[in-house]
Amino acid sequence: MHFTVVFSGLSGVCDRLRQARVRTPAAGSFSNVVSVKMATVLQFPASVSTFNNYNDLYPDWTQREVSTGTTIMAVEFEGGVVIGADSRTTTGAYIANRVTDKLTPIHERIFCCRSGSAADTQAIADAVTYQLGFHSIELDEAPLVQTAASLFREMCYRYREELMAGIIVAGWDPRRGGQVYTVPVGGMMTRQPVSVGGSGSSYIYGYVDSNYRAGMSKEECLKFTAEALTLAMERDGSSGGVVRLAVISEQGVERQVILGNQLPKFSTV
Amino acid sequence: MRLANTSVAVSDERAHTAQSLSGDAYATFIHDLYVEFLIMDSHHSYSQVKGVSTGTTILAVKFNGGVIIGSDSRASMGESYVSSKTINKLIQVHDRIFCCIAGSLADAQAVTKMAKFQLSFHSIQMESPPLVKAAASIMRELCYNNKEELQAGFITAGWDRKKGPQIYVVSLGGMLLSQPYTIGGSGSTYIYGYVDAKFKPDMSLEEATQFSTNALALAMGRDNVSGGVVHLVVITEAEVKHVVVPGNKLPKFHDE
Repeated sequence: MHFTVVFSGLSGVCDRLRQARVRTPAAGSFSNVVSVKMATVLQFPASVSTFNNYNDLYPDWTQREVSTGTTIMAVEFEGGVVIGADSRTTTGAYIANRVTDKLTPIHERIFCCRSGSAADTQAIADAVTYQLGFHSIELDEAPLVQTAASLFREMCYRYREELMAGIIVAGWDPRRGGQVYTVPVGGMMTRQPVSVGGSGSSYIYGYVDSNYRAGMSKEECLKFTAEALTLAMERDGSSGGVVRLAVISEQGVERQVILGNQLPKFSTV
Repeated sequence: MRLANTSVAVSDERAHTAQSLSGDAYATFIHDLYVEFLIMDSHHSYSQVKGVSTGTTILAVKFNGGVIIGSDSRASMGESYVSSKTINKLIQVHDRIFCCIAGSLADAQAVTKMAKFQLSFHSIQMESPPLVKAAASIMRELCYNNKEELQAGFITAGWDRKKGPQIYVVSLGGMLLSQPYTIGGSGSTYIYGYVDAKFKPDMSLEEATQFSTNALALAMGRDNVSGGVVHLVVITEAEVKHVVVPGNKLPKFHDE
């Protein structure tokens, strides 16, 4: 939709002003134009934007919230799920924690990968852990991954205005096997065979789309996740450090860490 | 002193607020608009004009014996209107030198027109085909000296006798960089991982074509302002070949 105002000499402006019942000088008199120009050329228009809000006296991390700008990923395979995350937590340009663990246990065989505000995601994960533990005791059996995901979704949707949290819930339950549910910012929930999240995820959509195949084995999934996370960490300034991986299956949870010098290598530009 | 007839296009939110104004408020609105119009003459472009922009995906890759430069074919206006499904973003600036553009289409066309003229003049003076670096330098001069007004980035790729196949990228502020492969445009964020993983130096023509087509198809699949067909131009010493891969012939991936 376009709204155009035609400035045709002073008369155009005068007509509109006249419609607005404002007193205008006689047509043909330019003194108004001159005085307007002189008075206003020194003014900043309303839409000027300030580019740098902080001055150099205070480092920027004193004014920024702690954020897990991050890359997280989860992949389903036959018999379980593989989840992975980088390990960087930033406060502005300062890396507050370079060995963060973003893979948080919610129950024995259910984990969540956290991205977004570190405070928000920790608080939500704590609340859901409590609710799910209580539910599991009432039920007297292992909770479903879908239940955990629904609890996350309830909280993320209800408090969507206050929260900044993107969460991937993944785990294994006896009824449906390995499952991955994604609950992005805003509070939607959907099940996907492979899901990526966090700021670094934009860079690896192409890689994940082209390399994922249904029916991969556990080792293939681990390699796929490690490579995808490495590529994202190379391009995203808010992701980095080590790659943390976990495999969740009927047998339990196996965790591993891939250190910086052991990350897969790609040809450098 | 007279003002010429001018129209100033205003963004949607401002238009909405304007419609509900009356009397003094309206006069103030017009006055503010007028002030911005005056200030636009000076160095800064507080451009409220959201014209046609190539939300796009462009790439260039060097292979054994030449370069491939490629792009999608969608031009969008705002976030939701596709103003052209079949635009060609690969512009020939000389016999063996092509440019592709990302950003404001108007800015890009103006810059490439100017560059084409300057390059042909330079080539006549030197009495030899121009270097790819010369073409890229001309774009860089234009972008750097007009950085306040322009909103366009370029990839220049081609072949010349001195250094063979080359790719240069001129970014928004006017930086010039040579790279073996490069991607640009809004859709490029989604394929950084893919091109980092899949690029190999000294690929054959078939491998490089597959690489480019796949990368563009993946980006078009994830970016809503990239789409249409894939345009590829293969530049070698011998010839320049333009290949179009229509939508139904694009590679499909696991969820399609």
